[in-house]
Amino acid sequence: MDGQRPGLVVVGASLAGLRGAEALRDGGYDGALTVVGDEPHRPYDRPPLSKHVLAGELPAEATRLPQLTRLRARWRLGQPAVALDRERRELRLADGTTLPYEKLLIATGARARPWPGAGADLAGIFTIRTLEDARDLRSALALRPGRVLIVGAGLIGCEAASCCRDLGLTVTLVDPNPTPLARLLGTAIGGTLAARMRDSGVDLRPNTKVLAFSGDAGRVRRAHLAGGAEIATDLVVIALGATRDTGWLAAAGLVADPGGLTCDAACRVLTATGEPDPAIYAAGDVARWPNPLTGGRLVTVEHRGNAVDQARHAAANMLAPATGQIPYGHLPSFWSSQFGLNIKLAGLTAGADALAVVHGTRASRRFLAVYGRAGRTIAALSFDQARWLPAYAEAVAAGAAFPPILGATDRPRIETLAPGWPGPRRLEAHHA
Amino acid sequence: MPDETLFAQVLDHKNRANPYPLYARLRETPVSRQADGSYVVSTHAALSSLIFDPRLSSEDLPPSRRPRTGNPLKDWILNPIRNRVVNAHRPLIFRDPPDHDILRGFVMKEFTIARVRDSHARVAALVDTLIDRCRGRDRVCLVDDLSYPLPVAVICELLGVPEADEAQFHAWAIRLATALEPDARHDAAGRREITATFDAISAYMRRLIREKRRHPADDILSGLAARGDRKKPAMGDIDLIATAILLLVAGHETTVNLITNGMLTLLRHPEELEKLKADPERAPRVIEEMLRYEPPVHFRTRKALGAIDVAGTTIPAGSSVVLLFAAGNRDPARFAHPDRFDPDRPDNQHFGFGGGLHYCVGAPLARIEAEIALVTLCRRLVAPRLLEDPPPYRSGASLRGPKNLGIGIAGIA
Repeated sequence: MDGQRPGLVVVGASLAGLRGAEALRDGGYDGALTVVGDEPHRPYDRPPLSKHVLAGELPAEATRLPQLTRLRARWRLGQPAVALDRERRELRLADGTTLPYEKLLIATGARARPWPGAGADLAGIFTIRTLEDARDLRSALALRPGRVLIVGAGLIGCEAASCCRDLGLTVTLVDPNPTPLARLLGTAIGGTLAARMRDSGVDLRPNTKVLAFSGDAGRVRRAHLAGGAEIATDLVVIALGATRDTGWLAAAGLVADPGGLTCDAACRVLTATGEPDPAIYAAGDVARWPNPLTGGRLVTVEHRGNAVDQARHAAANMLAPATGQIPYGHLPSFWSSQFGLNIKLAGLTAGADALAVVHGTRASRRFLAVYGRAGRTIAALSFDQARWLPAYAEAVAAGAAFPPILGATDRPRIETLAPGWPGPRRLEAHHA
Repeated sequence: MPDETLFAQVLDHKNRANPYPLYARLRETPVSRQADGSYVVSTHAALSSLIFDPRLSSEDLPPSRRPRTGNPLKDWILNPIRNRVVNAHRPLIFRDPPDHDILRGFVMKEFTIARVRDSHARVAALVDTLIDRCRGRDRVCLVDDLSYPLPVAVICELLGVPEADEAQFHAWAIRLATALEPDARHDAAGRREITATFDAISAYMRRLIREKRRHPADDILSGLAARGDRKKPAMGDIDLIATAILLLVAGHETTVNLITNGMLTLLRHPEELEKLKADPERAPRVIEEMLRYEPPVHFRTRKALGAIDVAGTTIPAGSSVVLLFAAGNRDPARFAHPDRFDPDRPDNQHFGFGGGLHYCVGAPLARIEAEIALVTLCRRLVAPRLLEDPPPYRSGASLRGPKNLGIGIAGIA
């Protein structure tokens, strides 16, 4: 640093890290800026990986994110941070070098949860999180495997199933819950998606648990199910969600675990004693914070919109004085394209006790539904009916009564149903 | 207390030439109640939120009612049935989801980009022919000479309506277009006239559609009529007739204003006229700014089916709501120097074609027609100047535009 001040450091060189670094510059910060990333790549965009890249419509390299501002940053790519010393205000990187900081933004994101059971080392088992993941899986799909098995019917698993069907591959999708997206959207809506999937030719196996894989000559060939049955397969996609990259913070005296890194409302990380560290902020998938728009509950939001908004917000707070720290309120939202459907959600469905379809019908698969909890509207979901979503998202953000909008042109009467939540997640699920 | 007569003043013909100061006063209360109980929405933000509000219904047209004839069979049986049928099968501009979406879907499938793009050369040839006819004169009457005949010829050709019948439906179209004007639609005589005109043009369209079914051609009406199978067409005759009438009327009653207002604006800003003449590539920016600055349709009305909270006002259920798009287009909170005509303006998100689910179906066609007409006028009219400013205006406050526009010229290039 040639005697210069150490400046600001961003750990994590994906979407949140990039937008955060840009926001620091846009906010007028003119000093030294370093961006550390464990992947060797410049920041790239992940949503297309499970869609256009798998479909072969876009090479994985084409997902590189545009830089929206001149960063003048020092990049330390391919160099994971391995430890944080808050006393000395220093990061230690994998190559043994240390990196001092005045203020730090942690945006290390999450990684795909690997297959936890037997057979994890067989060839032909893939996850989808990184550019390499998507490139490898795309190459394998291009060889037209006879039978694709996807484990986990969350967003990534469903999108992968959709892509594989579009490629004309034989697809089996297994999930321990009664329907796809059951934990995210409930089984009532999940059932609608299940019907759409089956129409598209997916062999959907709900209420099914894979215990282990076995193979021949080092290649995966069979999935062994709870109950003793088997599924023959040539390629497996593991889509079991993500865990946060917080291992490197184990000795830092912060509240960090695979579920996230806890922050205060202003995105400052909390120390083990519950005080915010004024020099360290977090944003994106890794950050767990009391979101005023979800009733102040601690949440992590693993969606693209949050990575951008929270990083920009945290950057603004980093540049602001201690007395000018602004709480970060965010209405979580995501979109997914699969099976010819555009699915969008605004809000969080967790704990919903009521569901109402307020435009269109589930049978037509073009509808808008709202989720309620204790008489309040907590989320709005669109299946190919996004035009009304902003009006409902506003109602969700305002905590409007459920159902929030009465007198819609096409829905004089609103009927309420149960969202249908699967039973509690069993942690022993994958032990073979 | 805000002035509750502002919108009545907008409707008053004496303010037609320049309603913008009234719009500025309306914007002081983004959603302002008027003396008649209606609510006028005039800021860009409030309009943006309301065009995507599911509680705003477009089915606010007063029901069709045929006058008494003295013939009991007609008065007690036939006409009530016809009223009910017509009310149930209004054109999609007066329909809500889900029916609106189905009808609009059919139209969009016929109003294809390819079809619109293919009309490019034809529009250019028409414009040149119409301008050629002005040779030897020292003045152009823009509406009669170009702004009206051009879109009529274009929409007739696209739809597949014989142009020879143009004179006949010119009168129908003018009368039907008043259905968008609040004073005509709520006045009993006006309603009767709209109904009678609708019956006449319906009979004409019915014959034409029958003809298209027998001898399909490559046009929108043939396409709409042929959708579905022979026994059970996708679109029933009554909806098809209503849609055909809508496309015919909307296809020229609006574009005429876009072209005339556009030329008026260029003549008022000669430096912009010169720039466009020198650089026809500017046309798309110029047209977008015209759509903001002097839009062809100033407002549309809706009905609130539920109570709506917007911009600090609660619109009660059942209220009539005026979406004053032209005022949103001049909102200083959204556009810097809104009263300046500036084609180089960045981020020009105007409401010139409305917005939301009723966004103008014909927008791409209107853009092509206006672009070619204005670029050609700039190139070919030698030393054009306004003969009368402001020009005389047509009666409509919503479909607002000059009755005619006299332009003095030194020749045709």
